[in-house]
Amino acid sequence: MPVPTKPESFMALEAVLLRHHRSPDSLIEILHQSQNLYSYLSDPLLRHVATRLKLPLSRVKGTASFYHLFRFQPPARHRCVVCTGTACQIQGASALIEAMEESLGLQMGDRRGDGWVSLSEVRCLGTCSDAPLVLIDGTVGRQQSSDGLRRWLQELEP
Amino acid sequence: MSVRTLRIDGRDVASGEGTTVLEAARDAGVAIPTLCHLEGLSPVAACRLCLVEIEGSNKLQPACITPVSEGMVVHTATPRLREIRRTVIELLFTEGNHVCAVCVANGHCELQDRAVDVGMDHARLPYRFPDRPVDLSHQRFGLDHNRCILCSRCVRVCDEVEGAHVWDMAWRGEHCRIIAGLDQPWGAVDACTDCGKCVMVCPTGALFHKGDSVAEKHEDPSRLAALLQARRARQEAP
Amino acid sequence: MNGLRCCASAGCLARGSGALIGALETAISRAELGDRIQLRPVGCLGPCSQGPLLALDPDGDLYAGVGPQDAETLVAALARRLHQGSDQATPLEWAPARGERLDLRAPFFQRQRRIVLEHCGLIDPTDLEQAIAVGAYGQLERVLQGWSPERVLTELQRSGLRGRGGAGYPTGLKWATVARMPGARKVVVCNADEGDPGAFMDRAVLEGDPHRVLEGMAIAAYAVGADHGFIYIRAEYALAIERLRLAIDQAVRRGRLGPALFGTGFGFSVELRVGAGAYVCGEETALIASIEGKRGTPRPRPPYPAERGVGGKPTLINNVETLANVAPILREGADWFAAIGTAGSAGTKVFSLTGHVRRGGLVEVPMGTSLTTVVLEMGEGAPEGSAVKAVQTGGPSGGCVPADRLDTPLDYESLQALGTIMGSGGMVVLDQSTDMVALAAYFMAFCREESCGKCVPCRAGTVQLHGLLERILAGSASRADLDQLETLGAMVMDTSLCGLGQSAPKPMLSTLRYFRGDYLARLEAP
Ligand SMILES: Cc1cc2nc3c(=O)[nH]c(=O)nc-3n(C[C@H](O)[C@H](O)[C@H](O)COP(=O)(O)O)c2cc1C
Ligand code: SF4
Ligand code: SF4
Ligand code: FES
Ligand code: FES
Repeated sequence: MPVPTKPESFMALEAVLLRHHRSPDSLIEILHQSQNLYSYLSDPLLRHVATRLKLPLSRVKGTASFYHLFRFQPPARHRCVVCTGTACQIQGASALIEAMEESLGLQMGDRRGDGWVSLSEVRCLGTCSDAPLVLIDGTVGRQQSSDGLRRWLQELEP
Repeated sequence: MSVRTLRIDGRDVASGEGTTVLEAARDAGVAIPTLCHLEGLSPVAACRLCLVEIEGSNKLQPACITPVSEGMVVHTATPRLREIRRTVIELLFTEGNHVCAVCVANGHCELQDRAVDVGMDHARLPYRFPDRPVDLSHQRFGLDHNRCILCSRCVRVCDEVEGAHVWDMAWRGEHCRIIAGLDQPWGAVDACTDCGKCVMVCPTGALFHKGDSVAEKHEDPSRLAALLQARRARQEAP
Repeated sequence: MNGLRCCASAGCLARGSGALIGALETAISRAELGDRIQLRPVGCLGPCSQGPLLALDPDGDLYAGVGPQDAETLVAALARRLHQGSDQATPLEWAPARGERLDLRAPFFQRQRRIVLEHCGLIDPTDLEQAIAVGAYGQLERVLQGWSPERVLTELQRSGLRGRGGAGYPTGLKWATVARMPGARKVVVCNADEGDPGAFMDRAVLEGDPHRVLEGMAIAAYAVGADHGFIYIRAEYALAIERLRLAIDQAVRRGRLGPALFGTGFGFSVELRVGAGAYVCGEETALIASIEGKRGTPRPRPPYPAERGVGGKPTLINNVETLANVAPILREGADWFAAIGTAGSAGTKVFSLTGHVRRGGLVEVPMGTSLTTVVLEMGEGAPEGSAVKAVQTGGPSGGCVPADRLDTPLDYESLQALGTIMGSGGMVVLDQSTDMVALAAYFMAFCREESCGKCVPCRAGTVQLHGLLERILAGSASRADLDQLETLGAMVMDTSLCGLGQSAPKPMLSTLRYFRGDYLARLEAP
């Protein structure tokens, strides 16, 4: 979905704002929903949220940027995530990161310029018995080997 | 108002209930170094420079927010505290790019003054040389992130006194940065009233008047502090 | 009635329990046995490292690693047994093509004492009626209908329950403090942020038995005089969030939450707040700020949340597992609870046992159980060809217990004496292959990234400490750097504003205490 830029285009958010009584207390919930609806928090979107909640712009951006899960640019088409929680870390997360970086030609935390793929880490998915874990486009790879991971990455749609 | 008697560095002090240890110490002529604190603004206790020892507790307490209590025995300048203050200042110096020789605030910088107070002549920790921008988009003022110590005084004065809330803290941890508006150039933020209060309260040369060159920033935050104090006293009066 | 319980918690789901449940459903309906075999998706059954797990009733057998291709033969075997006449458990003549039947006499099962997890794995967490059938909201009803708030407070205090979120603060005392605060409107918060990497106890409870937590919150609310509650849960726990939303809805519709509960004047509503990826938001003042829609930065205490919390109101904050203990304590009595565990640490503790261990998963044991029992007996030690070097507890705020101290009992004070903490229950076993300096650097990197950035010692200190550790790892550090590491570590602990900074150096100092040689070996020759 193309991301709207004009305030009147954020109609889908109206129901969310009403449900939360346009209360500044619900800013984080509203940011979650905004990101779900429009895939990332663009400046026009943040401006719209700030206006509707009657909050200063810097307060909205300052809050959103505090939290890792909010994005300020469109998500990549393929999202590759390595778990670097303790259990995964001691059971080979570093090798998986290396394999990812090599195969994708990206550094941890980066997103390819053309928006094809991004590489990030998460600190524990809570299913540590299957360490080490990766997550590609929402699919969990458990007890992941580097070789298996390399094969998996080759199969990603261009 | 009921009175509390306490001892600060061996001096007997009597203070009103609700006074902070910092205020009580100042009234007794004991100087405790501060950076994030500014009278009249809400306290945040973030710089940790004003930590003091209180007998009977092994946790250090920030004087800027700790209220006095009856019979309290406070030490403000033990060797342990001196060492801590020196380290705090070192952490701040190595975190940014503070080159006093070319700074507008040279000679009028609270960070520099505190460094002298605590006797920090060199850093034992490595300098980090971060890559930080300078924002010169505002007509009259500039912001040099290299000199920002993230005390948030500008954020608070703009919000609590001017009511414009141009500034806020953004991102987190070592990536923390002061932003204007939606992380825009300062000059592009409509909410700014050009009042200059943030420049006035900035303890370093991070916020400055554009015309100023080396050592020309003569802001005296205590002047504004007195103003804010008077304003708060008025607000609190019944 | 014959029953099949299949774990539908995140761990087993990732191992294919969804497909297994689907295949069993199909097989049961094809055999037209829907009314004679009850299939239930349930919460965590324990040994997650062997999932997907499937339990058989009334036999009580537990199968591990069963795949969907086994569904047909299993249902056929059940059908044969049913045709032979009775539900009575004549042993089922069936063996899966893949996977195995687990030996329930193994210490992993025998050494457990399930109180918090008593119904986890038994009931379908999406079905309120099943929860009610095993007693959910029964203690809430009993309390509302005859107990004064004071009596609840006394009972909790006598039980000796201490907070399971890390610090071990006496729960009854905390409740009594909030109860004493003036103010008509108070708040109860359930801390479900579970940020310690390698820990998933709270996730398992929320996914497996969410109503137990809601009941605990409602009882707490009655005791302290609150009418509103929040559950603050981390966004990474998608399934737990879904289960909680459903559970809250169901409880409201069934009159277990909401106004005028059980025909009394007491009402209590619960709202879910989802985090957005910030470890520090598990700290209570940061959590409050986050609930209020702000940056999750901690503030100095006092004032404590009991005095001024969410929206300035007196607020009670408890961890998921703490609240999950409330109903059984009231049901069985404070004395019963106090008799379990040790004198100073009553009850049980849930641990997530992970890392270099043969059998990992979720275990609940009485406090005071030794690490030897949990790691070597229940977890069956390190994998073939290796040996346990240390056990990490308490995550980024904790430390290591070296192999020669595994006889230590798991209670708040004993662990503290060793330089670590009970923490929330993450227990990561480390074998000989683990580089302890790298582990210290790992935890420091974690704290560096998760520092909120408000106070100087934590924001800038963790960066410097991490840099020093990296230098040691690279072999380019000197003796002076090691001294610097220890001095700066102590300074950061002494001066930071909140618990994150105050404990950030702990994992490092703990490895320095027990594995100093690992550090010295890496220093540059002088
Ligand atoms: C940095 C930090 C992170 C924390 N994370 C959690 C957490 O994820 N879950 C939790 O229950 N408590 C966490 N705590 C502890 C809480 O601040 C608080 O003590 C606890 O929720 C109180 O509940 P309890 O008394 O039931 O243990 C954390 C504390 C700190 C300092
Ligand atoms: S710009 Fe100045 S006042 Fe603002 S946070 Fe930085 S140092 Fe403090
Ligand atoms: S100790 Fe760290 S996390 Fe806590 S307030 Fe200070 S900077 Fe923030
Ligand atoms: S450490 Fe990777 S899932 Fe917990
Ligand atoms: S002046 Fe007290 S902490 Fe900064």
